[in-house]
Amino acid sequence: MSVENTPATAAPAKARVRRLPPEFNILVVLIGMALMFEALGWIFEGQSFLFNILRLRIMILQVSVIGIIAIGVTQVIITSGIDLSSGSIVGATAMVAASLAQSSDYTHAIYPHLTNLPAIVPMIAGIIVGGLGGMINGGLIAWTGIPPFIATLGTYVSIRGFAKWYTRGNPVSFLTPQFDYIGSGIVPVFIFLICAAIFHVVLGYTRYGKFTYAIGANRQAARVSGINIKRHLLLVYTIAGLLSGLAGIVTAARAQSGQSGMGVGYELQAIAAAVIGGTSLTGGAGRIWGTVFGTLILGVVTSGFTFLNINDYLQEMVLGGIIVGAVIVDQFRQARRAKV
Amino acid sequence: MLSPTTMKAVRESGAVPQASWLMEIEGVCKSFPGVKALDDVSFQLKRGTVHALMGENGAGKSTLMKIIAGIYTPDSGSFKLRGQEIKLVSPLDALENGIAMIHQELNLMAPMTVAENIWIRREPINRFGFVDHGKMHDMTAALFRDLNIDLDPDTTVGSLSIANRQMVEIAKAVSYESDVLIMDEPTSALTDKEVTHLFAIIKTLRAKGKGIVYITHKMNELFEIADEVSVFRDGHYIGTKDAAAVTREDIIRMMVGREITQMFPKDDVPIGEVVLSVKDLSLQGVFSNVSFDLHKGEILGVAGLVGSGRSNVAETLFGVTPATSGTIHIAGREVVMTSPQVALAHGLGFLTEDRKETGCFLMLDVQQNMQVAVLSGEYIRGGFVRQGALTKVCEAMRDALRVKTPNMQERVENLSGGNQQKVLIGRWLLTKPRILILDEPTRGIDVGAKSEIHRMVSQLAGDGVGIIMISSEMPEILGMSDRILVMHEGRATGILNRDEADQVKIMELASH
Ligand SMILES: Nc1ncnc2c1ncn2[C@@H]1O[C@H](COP(=O)(O)OP(=O)(O)OP(=O)(O)O)[C@@H](O)[C@H]1O
Ligand SMILES: [Mg+2]
Repeated sequence: MSVENTPATAAPAKARVRRLPPEFNILVVLIGMALMFEALGWIFEGQSFLFNILRLRIMILQVSVIGIIAIGVTQVIITSGIDLSSGSIVGATAMVAASLAQSSDYTHAIYPHLTNLPAIVPMIAGIIVGGLGGMINGGLIAWTGIPPFIATLGTYVSIRGFAKWYTRGNPVSFLTPQFDYIGSGIVPVFIFLICAAIFHVVLGYTRYGKFTYAIGANRQAARVSGINIKRHLLLVYTIAGLLSGLAGIVTAARAQSGQSGMGVGYELQAIAAAVIGGTSLTGGAGRIWGTVFGTLILGVVTSGFTFLNINDYLQEMVLGGIIVGAVIVDQFRQARRAKV
Repeated sequence: MLSPTTMKAVRESGAVPQASWLMEIEGVCKSFPGVKALDDVSFQLKRGTVHALMGENGAGKSTLMKIIAGIYTPDSGSFKLRGQEIKLVSPLDALENGIAMIHQELNLMAPMTVAENIWIRREPINRFGFVDHGKMHDMTAALFRDLNIDLDPDTTVGSLSIANRQMVEIAKAVSYESDVLIMDEPTSALTDKEVTHLFAIIKTLRAKGKGIVYITHKMNELFEIADEVSVFRDGHYIGTKDAAAVTREDIIRMMVGREITQMFPKDDVPIGEVVLSVKDLSLQGVFSNVSFDLHKGEILGVAGLVGSGRSNVAETLFGVTPATSGTIHIAGREVVMTSPQVALAHGLGFLTEDRKETGCFLMLDVQQNMQVAVLSGEYIRGGFVRQGALTKVCEAMRDALRVKTPNMQERVENLSGGNQQKVLIGRWLLTKPRILILDEPTRGIDVGAKSEIHRMVSQLAGDGVGIIMISSEMPEILGMSDRILVMHEGRATGILNRDEADQVKIMELASH
């Protein structure tokens, strides 16, 4: 078909300006912070902050678990939702996975007949538990229409309850070396980065990703475009649950035990990582690399403060400021861009 | 009855005989809490025709179309598509059966690109299962070339003007290549230039045998593009006529059940002293050196193409985006307009162009939407809102504007588009402004209410209010304005007096 006889519509075709990806700003902040601690290190401690492999390793290890969760949380926030249950899911999966990873050397195993199993069994079990938790979230949100905040606040409480009930509060220890390997060395970092790479591609280059952004950007528009919103939300929350499950497995393996209190507060750190990384709480915007950088910023700040021997409580106070500051800066940037 | 998937298979196999009616609807009823939106409605659509749908605000036009597009399910009634009974359960169903709709309210994903918006759910996938962005770009470019639209497929929709967003919606609907194309007031955000463009698109589609349902409140469009016209009133189907065989009076009588004599009743009122004087007003990069005076009792029309900076000037006058240079004098005193609060304090009112984004509080009720700009001064005593008095004036305003709502506690979201607009006009009338800026005041308003609003605006002018009225509708500008300011690409290109202005002169100034 061709339409003739009419002038072309409005807006002179603007010369296409190649904009730097928004993650670039966050990367700049990350580098800036690292350099700041480097300078402070030389001034106050007389040594380098960055050129210390051990410190860098610990730093990344510490935030890998948060990062894995944040990858799922980013997707949830892009749909203009929120997930408060991820920390509790970490606790529940840590317990279940650990209970199936016990070594036969231990006489008081939870399941005496199920010891010395190959590590894949507790992994699958943990991931299933995480997926189920996410599925409950997604199901509640999609089919009852209650706000994600309320739905996941409920599961936050209940799933933590499950984690405690599972062994009546007792820790699960004496895990097989094969399982512990998941948490050893820099394996958690690999898991984190592999997940990030996978979901970077999934969000940017698949229909799943496009639907996720569309639902967050304008739910009604997504609906009239024929997207099955309920099904997709179920999927997004389930994936977030799966990733939290994976984080739970890593946490148990790192600690070589399962404890029902594992992951307390992780949900907020993961949300912070996503938000610092440029994910908009109003939905429709955010990218995985941003979240990765956001996670690393959290890591740099925490380990930088420890390095400078700053009081733990003071660290928390400053960290809160950084989270809010990141969002303020981001908003200014967006407002400026909207004007141009 | 065939299921949608079977229907689709049958359609694709080409086995369906060419039924005489493309679409037949009979006895459809639909109720919302407190409203019977559709009562035993029938409607038929032929292939290769443009079928206009007319009726007052709240007559049920959009509701019927949303039923056809699978968004609402009817309470009862039958729906035949290409001669086959069908039951749609979701928008996807409708799309797969060849029904696409351009909604009255824009339905776009602002942070996403034009291409992503158009091809959502239908993205080209490469053999690895990934979205092929290059191909998607090319598909969009090809679509735009066909439709003669000049937009970059990779810009985000959020950075486009409303008119261009509407063009994206149109392109998206066309891209479904559906048999039935529903357009719910597609031109309400477009200027003449884009309307001509849209009509060219519609004519090509009609020539290809598509059935197009075209909802509008603009009479001239009816005669220009429609083959048939059906009229609705208060949820009832009134009748269908051949567009060539009816007069505008026939249609109005069918729509409102009474005669409307006067359309643009601007009364001659004495023009008083200058209330607003604008000198060399500029907003860097948007508009520059705009100067004009507005007198007491005067209606200053502002004409120009979309993107000419008309709405930006209005926003700057109201302090939304403070000027980068130039001066504003109100009643002889210089005012630095830094925020809407300053504007309100100086007796300005501003009806914005986009009721969904910057006008309505969609989740709040009619009462709250109307009273929000007068929650100070006389309606506050000792820090408390005098709700009784407010309720009374709001109800009076509702009656004066004939807002169709079950009660004042109805969420504005549930009102028909035209009635939302009336609520907003009511909001500003309540502030008893000295200077009132109206940006497209009758967008999406039916003829009856339109003459009502024109009468009220004229009466306001009579009461000594200075009025700035931005409008893309030529008859409205010509009929209502004492003087007409024309803008082009951020500059004021001329001011015409009422007696020297005509369409040709305005268009000349608006496009050179
Ligand atoms: N989702 C809803 N909930 C409640 N009432 C609704 C809803 N949608 C529409 N209505 C009501 O149904 C009636 C018909 O509305 P509809 O939007 O179909 O009118 P319309 O003919 O399209 O009017 P307009 O010309 O103003 O767009 C109105 O009284 C409206 O308030
Ligand atoms: Mg409507």
